[in-house]
Amino acid sequence: MIGLRGSGRETRAEHAQEGSGTKAWIGWPSFLLPAALLILFASWLPAIAAGERLHFALAWIPSLGVNLSFLVDGLSLTFALLITGTGAVVALYSGTYLAGHPHFARFYLYLGLFMVAMLGLVLADDLITLFVFWELTTVASYLLIGFDHASAKARRSALQALLLTGAGGLALLAGLILLATAAGSFELSEILASGDAVREHGLYLPILVLVLLGAFTKSAQVPFHFWLPNAMAAPTPVSAYLHSATMVKAGIYLMARMHPVLSGTDAWIWTLTIAGATTAVLASVIALRQTDLKLALAYTTVMALGTLTMFLGAEATVAIAAAVTFLIVHALYKAALFLIVGILDHQTGTREADQLGGLARAMPISACIAAAAGLSMAGFPPFLGFIGKELKYEGALAIASEPLLVATAAVLANALMVALAGIVALRPFLGNRRQTPRAPREAPIRLWIGPAFLAALGLSFGVAPALIADTLVQPAVTAILGRPETVKLALWHGINIPLLLSALTLALGLAIYARHRRLRAALAGLESRLPTTADQAWDGLLDGLRSLAAAQTRLLQSGVLRRYLLLTFATLALAVGTTLFAVDAVRLPRLWPELLVKEWAALGLVSAGALLAATTQSRLTAICALGVVGVGVALLFLMFGAPDVAITQLLVETLFVVLVAVVMLRLPRLQPDHGSARGGRLRDAGVAVLVGAVVTLVLLAVVDGPIDRSVTAYFEQASVPEAFGRNIVNVILVDFRALDTFGEIAVVAVAALAALALIRGGGLRRARS
Amino acid sequence: MSWYLTLPIVIPLATAILVALQRSGAAAGRWLSVGGSFLLLAAAVALVAQVWRHGVIVAQMGSWAAPFGITLVADLLSAAMVAITAIIGLAVAIYALADIDARREALGYHTLYQVLLAGVCGAFLTGDIFNLYVWFEVMLIASFGLMVLGGDKAQLDGGIKYIALNLVSTVLFLSGIGLLYGLTGTLNMADLHLAVREVEQTGLVTVVAVFFMVAFGIKAAVFPLFFWLPASYHTPPVAVSAIFAGLLTKVGVYALIRVFSLIFTQDIGYTHALLLAVAGLTMVTGVLGAAAQDGFRKVLSFHIVSQIGYMIMGLALFTPLALVGAVFYLVHHIIVKANLFLVSGVANRLTGSFELARIGGLYKSAPLLAVLFLVPALSLAGIPPLSGFWAKFLLVKASLDIGAYMIAATALVVGLLTVYSMTKVWAEAFWKPHPAGTAPVMVLLDQRERLALLLPIAALAALTVAIGLFPEPFVAFAERAAGQLLDPTAYVRAVLGDVR
Repeated sequence: MIGLRGSGRETRAEHAQEGSGTKAWIGWPSFLLPAALLILFASWLPAIAAGERLHFALAWIPSLGVNLSFLVDGLSLTFALLITGTGAVVALYSGTYLAGHPHFARFYLYLGLFMVAMLGLVLADDLITLFVFWELTTVASYLLIGFDHASAKARRSALQALLLTGAGGLALLAGLILLATAAGSFELSEILASGDAVREHGLYLPILVLVLLGAFTKSAQVPFHFWLPNAMAAPTPVSAYLHSATMVKAGIYLMARMHPVLSGTDAWIWTLTIAGATTAVLASVIALRQTDLKLALAYTTVMALGTLTMFLGAEATVAIAAAVTFLIVHALYKAALFLIVGILDHQTGTREADQLGGLARAMPISACIAAAAGLSMAGFPPFLGFIGKELKYEGALAIASEPLLVATAAVLANALMVALAGIVALRPFLGNRRQTPRAPREAPIRLWIGPAFLAALGLSFGVAPALIADTLVQPAVTAILGRPETVKLALWHGINIPLLLSALTLALGLAIYARHRRLRAALAGLESRLPTTADQAWDGLLDGLRSLAAAQTRLLQSGVLRRYLLLTFATLALAVGTTLFAVDAVRLPRLWPELLVKEWAALGLVSAGALLAATTQSRLTAICALGVVGVGVALLFLMFGAPDVAITQLLVETLFVVLVAVVMLRLPRLQPDHGSARGGRLRDAGVAVLVGAVVTLVLLAVVDGPIDRSVTAYFEQASVPEAFGRNIVNVILVDFRALDTFGEIAVVAVAALAALALIRGGGLRRARS
Repeated sequence: MSWYLTLPIVIPLATAILVALQRSGAAAGRWLSVGGSFLLLAAAVALVAQVWRHGVIVAQMGSWAAPFGITLVADLLSAAMVAITAIIGLAVAIYALADIDARREALGYHTLYQVLLAGVCGAFLTGDIFNLYVWFEVMLIASFGLMVLGGDKAQLDGGIKYIALNLVSTVLFLSGIGLLYGLTGTLNMADLHLAVREVEQTGLVTVVAVFFMVAFGIKAAVFPLFFWLPASYHTPPVAVSAIFAGLLTKVGVYALIRVFSLIFTQDIGYTHALLLAVAGLTMVTGVLGAAAQDGFRKVLSFHIVSQIGYMIMGLALFTPLALVGAVFYLVHHIIVKANLFLVSGVANRLTGSFELARIGGLYKSAPLLAVLFLVPALSLAGIPPLSGFWAKFLLVKASLDIGAYMIAATALVVGLLTVYSMTKVWAEAFWKPHPAGTAPVMVLLDQRERLALLLPIAALAALTVAIGLFPEPFVAFAERAAGQLLDPTAYVRAVLGDVR
């Protein structure tokens, strides 16, 4: 596991020097905006609880049926409250935590971008709108994980998160497009009302796989979980907000959102249950192994995400109610604990478990907050965490298909949570004082007020669960299941199996806590032998990609012009040649065409010239040989009744040979090719012959058919009366097709200009030296 | 009518001549170039408006009726391409004010530049396949001149590969024209549309189609014919790379779209399936090439190849939505790609190199440039809500709609690899501290230089954002353009009248 300890400290050391905090005011609007939104969203609670759904839509791309549309129901409102609530807390906190950081303003810019994106994601009604915001959260996360941009580790983590969630995002895009095809609309409100249409559609399985790929990568399910602990390279408030409370829950949101359309099949149930259970248990075991408190929290986040996934696999009302309640529980205590770890790091200079102890006296307020959040995490009454845990057990037992698996996983994971709550929230504050890099002082109010608020909510909702039962949980469950549901939350359910399981959990958890150091050492030993993370495999994947890319590029982009030409001509021969046979267009003439002797002579002249030009080692010979080819062609023109063209051809050829020969005389002799080139020359000759053969075959086939002479006939007939010229070729050049001639004149002029520039620029001389 | 079609060719040619008449070394040349480019933009906008309102417009050169003379013709695709050429032309002309040194100006840079623009516009506007060949030649010679102008050794080395491989394309194109003429007896493309359908040996038409595919494939830099592009695009001055990156391969793509929608549609099952395979391989090899590069401009060059694949994919799928995607992608790509090259030039000025290993620190000390890089880079990588996302979305949806899952998956995976290589540039040039420990700040450039360099970059970035946020007008435009491509009746009637 990579060590990230002290990264917060380094950042602070840097801005302690540069920091003047001139842009500190930015923190305030960044706090007030989400706070105001929080109040706005809260004011909608009664209406939503009464079963209303709010809908806003703007036409975005009507040509494609894509709208910028939003839907507020119980599920999206719950998420919106979490996003704005923790958002406000984190914004307030960061103003002090990052005070004076040189990139203070950028931090709030990215944070704001993220908040907008996350809100857009959960409130979107249109699938494409949803996806746009989904990707934006990924980008914001990338910029925030790489916030400490000078550190190579932060850059690596940022890239890893971007690529992994980006890959999932692309799968999701395909899944959403297919979903829209299957359901006949991009609008969620219509898709959710489509009943079994999607489940019975032939594309159901691909849709499910693609959507779940998106959700699992974003919500860090095994085996995609490894990016999330690495994302702890981000500043702690970011970890609290994006990588615990909100963004990583986007996948959870997506699964909950799609629940009415996609759930209930064997594929859905088993995939979610197994992936979720594995993730929950594995992550809580790895969490125990960490000594960096922030990393431990990161793994408990993965555990929570696994639990949520596991419960979303179910259909039972109580299971879904457990998921929703735990979602709220987790957001409250986890964000608070992250911020507390940030406070510890900020005030003492370390967040290593073994360097912290006995801080309760120096930091009493933080200690109280940590205790409240930790108790909620461990599931003690009367905190909301207790209700959440009871519901989980009840839900697990209510699951029809695999109650034992889910219940076992839940008990195991929860017991480990108890132990971890002790490690993270209690141990730093209890026991003996230890030496810390900085003498501990209580944090300023702007740091602790936010976590205090969250922890207090955890307590109040636990004492008075009715506060959220009807207004939040029930509407959310209704939205997830797509049918009206009643949910009751209570601290006391009487003595029943969940309560017994709770007792078992606590006992188990305390036992683990008591032995956690020995367990940690054992796990560390195990980890070195068993791969618990795909982090190394990830590096291998990227290395593999890089070497594949390098090998391919060496092969294709060799830098040798001769090989480029060879490949180009080979492509021509292959493409045209295979097509010739594929469409059966080969038309072979009689074996020996009846040619006159003079025609044979011209043909021989052309062939001999071409052969000589290709084989000679002397430039001068090659030029003269090309001249011979030209003369042969001119003879052919002459024989077939075009003396004027023949004359032009002869003149051009003569000039060409003379001019080029003069230039060639001034060039050094060609270095003859030796030995190694022999195979190369044979290969070149082979391709040349192939190209020649293919072009000949095409030509033979073309001349085999009739020629439409209507255009030529028009030229012959119109040349004198309309264009007033007797030489048809001339008339074509200067009248019928004057634009071509105009263009060619430009070509000649520009060629002269380019040549002049080359000579005057001295480029040729320098290139040779 | 005909002025709309001739002005986009006449203006840059006239500008070229005016520039050439200046005494060498005079500063007037560069301002003439900017002014001419501005006029070209005005003419292009007028052309687009005209075509949007009146449908396909036509001008018979020398008043010789089609198919006997040469016809200039603009449908929405042609008009859009001319407009985007003018936009990039103006942006790069302004950028060149601070990028092209006096020596290159004296050697005729601005003349060659304007001739290049004329050639590109001519290629987009001609309705005659031989005339298209002529404009290709104009482009080729002007671009070769620009590529080697004032050249050092690297420039000449790249230039030789560029001209050699492109001459092969030219020869193949000419041979293809000869073969096609032999089959049909006509050169007018609208007339060819009709004539090809009367050829008895339908198979032979397919063979000739493949001939054109190879010839234009070299121009468009598709797999396995793209070698000339990565070999040469990183060598000339940035302004030259940028205009090349934006426009040259896209003329090849345009030509492919034109002939494979107007002329060679008689055996789509063969030709367009072949194009689809080429598209997929081009995407993959291009993006892998980019992943293997360590130079700012080399990464960008290979990305051009990869993204040509997307455009060909749109053509190859040949459904209405896919063609919408191809047209949209063309426009988006030209803006974004040219802009990224422009940004690379500024990065080079500030940090002293194009080699990613030797530069860095731009994020910290040049935040404005970081934003101006991020916008086109994320757009290129297909991140919403920027223009590249919609381009990718259109193509992926088009392929999923007809069950072409392989190419859809390829397009998505290549999109991810594009993200990978663009973030490499970002992490190395921007995030990473400069290895020499220097802070590459903007004030290294004097104010006029900064304005000339950053103004076009900012304008193009703004355009990228605008297309991303308000894609509807562009999609609607692309839809009509695609409709004209799929059903060329209006095109043919406009060119030939009701002759046939």
